[in-house]
Amino acid sequence: MGLATFKGGIHPPDKKILASNSPIVSSKPPKIAVIPLSQHIGAPCKPIVSIGQEVRKGELIGEPAGFVSSPVHTSVSGKVVAISEFPNAMGRMVNSVVIENDGKEEWTPLKDNPDYMSLPPEELKEKVKGAGIVGMGGATFPTVVKLSPPKEKQIDAVLINGAECEPYLTADYRLMVERPKEVIEGLKILMKILGVQKGYVGIENNKPDAVAKMKEAASGSGIEVLALEVKYPQGAEKMLIKAILGREVPPRALPMDVGVVVQNVGTALAIYEAARFGKPLIERVVTVTGEGITEPKNLMVRIGTKISDLIEECGGFKDGVGKVISGGPMMGFALSSLDVAVTKGTSGILVIPEKNVFHADDFGPCIRCGRCIDACAMGLMPSMLSVLSERGFYEEAKEYNLFDCFECGSCTYVCPSKRPIVQFVRLAKSMVKP
Amino acid sequence: MEATKKDQNLIVSVSPHVRSEETTSRIMWTVSLALLPALLSGVWFFGLKALFITASCIISSIIFEHLYMKIVDKKTPVSDGSAFLTGLLLGMNMPASLWSFSPFTAHVPIVASFVAVVITKQLFGGLGFNVFNPALIGRAFALISWPKAMTIWTEPAASFLAMDAKTTATPLGILKEEGVAKLMEVFGDKTSLYTHLLVGNRAGSIGEISAIAILIGGLFLLAKKYITWHIPVSFLGTAALMAWVLGGKGALFTGDPIVHLLSGGMMLGAWFMATDYVTSPSVKNGQILFGIGCGALTMLIRLKGGFPEGVMFAILIMNCFAPLIDRGFKSKVFGAVKQTKAKEIK
Repeated sequence: MGLATFKGGIHPPDKKILASNSPIVSSKPPKIAVIPLSQHIGAPCKPIVSIGQEVRKGELIGEPAGFVSSPVHTSVSGKVVAISEFPNAMGRMVNSVVIENDGKEEWTPLKDNPDYMSLPPEELKEKVKGAGIVGMGGATFPTVVKLSPPKEKQIDAVLINGAECEPYLTADYRLMVERPKEVIEGLKILMKILGVQKGYVGIENNKPDAVAKMKEAASGSGIEVLALEVKYPQGAEKMLIKAILGREVPPRALPMDVGVVVQNVGTALAIYEAARFGKPLIERVVTVTGEGITEPKNLMVRIGTKISDLIEECGGFKDGVGKVISGGPMMGFALSSLDVAVTKGTSGILVIPEKNVFHADDFGPCIRCGRCIDACAMGLMPSMLSVLSERGFYEEAKEYNLFDCFECGSCTYVCPSKRPIVQFVRLAKSMVKP
Repeated sequence: MEATKKDQNLIVSVSPHVRSEETTSRIMWTVSLALLPALLSGVWFFGLKALFITASCIISSIIFEHLYMKIVDKKTPVSDGSAFLTGLLLGMNMPASLWSFSPFTAHVPIVASFVAVVITKQLFGGLGFNVFNPALIGRAFALISWPKAMTIWTEPAASFLAMDAKTTATPLGILKEEGVAKLMEVFGDKTSLYTHLLVGNRAGSIGEISAIAILIGGLFLLAKKYITWHIPVSFLGTAALMAWVLGGKGALFTGDPIVHLLSGGMMLGAWFMATDYVTSPSVKNGQILFGIGCGALTMLIRLKGGFPEGVMFAILIMNCFAPLIDRGFKSKVFGAVKQTKAKEIK
């Protein structure tokens, strides 16, 4: 209580203890890396390598095809053996470059530039763009686009999102505890690119050591590190902005409409590495956790590593095979195959053993208890949305602000009738135009 | 511990992948539990016949729910506890004297249960779709069909097993027919009157007599966050205000709000009947309006209407407005109003 937050929200058990004490370790580089050319929101990349070509770690293999797009680099050195469609974590077929790792770990030349802060903003921005950095909290929106607001949008604050409000996940937490200085440097670079004086880091208060470490790293810089109330979805952009700055992003608008740019902790680190070393985004921290995994870990994983490899590296399943989720339990999606690659947006792999899987095959009628209305951070009436959608009144659902729902799942979590409210919302959204 | 295999049968379903422990049936059983003190007070003051009446309502409700589901070939939801709760509330809204009323009136609980469960709830689409509170419609039906049997009140009996007891009038009945002076005469003085009403040592329906017992259950639900303060507080607050302003003899602002709050079905209605999820608004501001409506209508009926008691009709009337109130009080979308304010540079 007393901590900054937003209205609504829920308190699911955070289960972070499973992985929170495991320091980040590097996972084994994949023998074969399958690197999708579309790991971001926007146009897929065009491959610029050919089969048989030798590539070095960090080399560009896919060129952005448009403004909202992001380049892709290889995470291993070796030979291109295939360029073809492979299923991604969502089950969609995505054009991917397959590289056989020669084990030499030979980097494409990188240059350490300790004086990166004296570079002009435009040059820093180019480095972010060239490194293929996207939002690493899971949304994978190309970062450079967020850093290029239209002239009429005056940006005055940059927020680093360290809320990590999804239960189980600890990737951002470990980064803030282990590498706070680099995350803060990333924020400073962002502030310089945007010409902004105010920088904030928001962290849920269930990570007091992360708050302390980040405060220490930020001391003297004018950057404010704030402890936020532990409440899902505190890490949603709009909720974070509300908690830290008290500003409400209007419906359908973007954070930049209230003068704010929000970036994830992992993204800030990637920005630092890109600005200082010119290092492209070829690896990320992935929390492999859940009651169904033998040894939960926080792994620094090369993009293109198979999820089955990560599960093996964490000792395999225990208590039988249940559900494997890419992301957190609230917004992550269940995988139908483990034979898919880790991408820039893979924040965690959560394994739920069979006995703990919630079976959603049966649900009851809405009893109008109003729990979902209290839980909705967006101030919607999920009960009405679910009932209207269930009956096929999709147009009517728009009167209840259907398209303002960002599908955080809070309503569905609290529903005593176990109604799949979010799924009803998704159905209605797919049936009508905004 | 098994190693990772290819082509495992992974379970795939939509997010969110975790759910709260709360279920509809747990809510129903918890509310039933919260009614236990009030039921026990009824049994204490009216004897085992109070229990028999309540039990016959519960059993009939469950049987009718079962039969209906069988006939329409739907999966039986008896385990969700809603039929039990409806029967329990219905029984607690009946006079204990039904048991000893002559001629024999055992059919009253059964018919009322049928009206509550089958007509009021199932024919409107089942749980979640009924417009009116089923227990209250069941009671209203019984009151209109058997007005005499439903309004013969017995004095609280000293003996637990007493099957016959002296008939008497409810405090509200006395207030309506003979005025506040007579009420004081019956109960002695003000303190004695309040004490009797608080404890439940007075004539009335089985579950409505003890304000304290009801309050224990209500506060329990409040603490468990099964209900919020909005409906009970606005209901009771409005009723108290109206009782004070209009309840006096002759002059305004001379009424006795405490007598009105503690007597009749006011407490049971405000804490357990008006707060029924299905038949009340689900938006908080709407709930306040709903509560104000219930309180105002109750007092209008009590003070200006033909009946001594108005809680049941007040809640039923407000039930009609619940969907409309929800529409009118649609919750405010995040960011919708503060658009201009948000532009300020901090």
